[in-house]
Amino acid sequence: MTISIRSVDKKFERYPALSRVDLEIADGELLALLGPSGSGKTTLLRTIAGLEFPDAGQVLFDGEDVTFASAADRRVGFVFQQYALFKHMTVAKNIAFGLDVRKGKDKPSKAEIAQRVEDLLKLVELDGLGKRYPSQLSGGQRQRVALSRALAVQPSVLLLDEPFGALDATVRKSLRKELRRVHDATGVTTIFVTHDQEEALELADRVAILNKGSIEQIGTPDQVHDQPETAFVCGFVGEANCFEGQVGGGQFSAGALRLPAGGVREGSATAYVRPHDFVLDDAGFEVRVDRAHVQGALTTVSATAADGRPIEISASRAEAPRFQGTVKIVARKAHVYAA
Amino acid sequence: MAAAKNSLEGRRRATDDPLWAKVLVIGTVMAFLALVLILPLAAVFAEALRKGLDAALLAINNADALAAVKLTLITAAIAVPFNAAFGLCASWAIAKHDFKGKALLITLIDLPFSVSPVVAGLIYVLIFGLQGWFGDYLVDNDIKIIFAVPGIVLATVFVTFPFVARELIPLMQEQGTAEEEAAVSMGASGLTTFWRVTAPNVRWGLMYGVLLCNARAMGEFGAVSVVSGHIRGLTNTMPLHVEILYNEYDFVGAFAVAALLCLLAVVTLVLKTALEVVQPGNSGFGRGRGGH
Repeated sequence: MTISIRSVDKKFERYPALSRVDLEIADGELLALLGPSGSGKTTLLRTIAGLEFPDAGQVLFDGEDVTFASAADRRVGFVFQQYALFKHMTVAKNIAFGLDVRKGKDKPSKAEIAQRVEDLLKLVELDGLGKRYPSQLSGGQRQRVALSRALAVQPSVLLLDEPFGALDATVRKSLRKELRRVHDATGVTTIFVTHDQEEALELADRVAILNKGSIEQIGTPDQVHDQPETAFVCGFVGEANCFEGQVGGGQFSAGALRLPAGGVREGSATAYVRPHDFVLDDAGFEVRVDRAHVQGALTTVSATAADGRPIEISASRAEAPRFQGTVKIVARKAHVYAA
Repeated sequence: MAAAKNSLEGRRRATDDPLWAKVLVIGTVMAFLALVLILPLAAVFAEALRKGLDAALLAINNADALAAVKLTLITAAIAVPFNAAFGLCASWAIAKHDFKGKALLITLIDLPFSVSPVVAGLIYVLIFGLQGWFGDYLVDNDIKIIFAVPGIVLATVFVTFPFVARELIPLMQEQGTAEEEAAVSMGASGLTTFWRVTAPNVRWGLMYGVLLCNARAMGEFGAVSVVSGHIRGLTNTMPLHVEILYNEYDFVGAFAVAALLCLLAVVTLVLKTALEVVQPGNSGFGRGRGGH
């Protein structure tokens, strides 16, 4: 199902949570809403779910206006950060809930519900745990139950609010793969909220980056990482060295650092250089290597420029011996934004 | 040696107090309990049985006493369900929703705790009494509220108003609204959500509140005394009956009925303790100890 968000505004008290947000989500897409806390990403998700209602703007499902339709009428599957499982029901009852509360001819038979629960448990690899209570499951298992419960109603869209936020790193990684697999198996349009850029970049087809209630950029993980459109995106997505300096004559300068800055307004500006975009080059500027340590296949170098600016460099492992004493480097790529 | 002090035997927790302090503190509490709670309770039963069990049973098994017991049970049977329903609604509204006047509602719920029961009784006399606001209307239509059962029920409802709500509001607030939101997002109606998600999550708290409410409803004296009129066999509840018998120097009778009231209280306490045992932990759930 396609989802369109059209200039949605939402205020809490006087504090604007969303301002003029536009977003188009394609059928079957896996989209991440990425942003720091307070950026409005959860509010946007809850607005799509029908758990919050916008002050202005429209929400369309397949072209149909659902802006003020209740959550119950939208057929969304919602997964909460803290699972929100029904504590007093077994896992199977939890998953069956959405089918069980249906009325009349919409309600599947008991056997159908049981079969569906069985299938879903299998999908999230929890077969045989249907009779347990949520309190008897681990965090990762609970979130799997929450996921299959959301899928039980065959939602037109699956919405997940920081789904892995409360889990430890290992479980988080395996659940990420799981979500991708479930998404590919069901083909349901999926939107998830996260503040973890690694999670967003690894998992999503497209990433929408939010800041202070507005969308800064929407694009594939590669696009937002390699071609950040705003200074915020550049600083937020991926590692970056940040330099405050001046643009003049098509060039950015900060200390000994010179970067091409064609098309950027003259005056003060901010430049971002990814650590792996600094390379050794005798034509470059001098930095003093403070520390170089090998981490897996990479060498991470902490250096200081002549004017005292700290610089982070990432190089291949093989280059580690070359980062000693004073070295010369250039930035082979940079992003410069007028302040 | 330092190593010796680290042996298991000598290990103590940082919060452990010396033995004499424990004995002193626990002893003080026990002595106080014995003096203020257990001794009077024992005295009630001792006095009731002073002339033997038969005399005590006779004091209970007469028309006036049985009428008092019946009225007390009727009053509780009306007041408790009413306040349970009200408490459930009020706490649901307060804990799960935002609306104007919420703070006022919370304060109002506490009012019966802060007002003397006698004042509560007088309020009803003022409103429904012969000289009260609706006095003429009530007389004209032959409706009796004051010095009759409705007045007693009203006064009891007023006094026991906060028990269930006060028990449930913090519980529901702590549980938040995520489960309700999950239910609604899966297509459940508001009512279904309430019955299948909200209510089961607070059922232990609700029972606890109902028990406390019931204990107070049966034992209320002040407010009921004002509106009852003390008509034997008609408007006497058990606490009022105890007072009448006592004032008439019928000590065995007074203490026999009092002992019966105490037994009701003991049953309540036993039920309450049983609830705490059945409900493992403080989490409000936990099916670790067997099924539904």
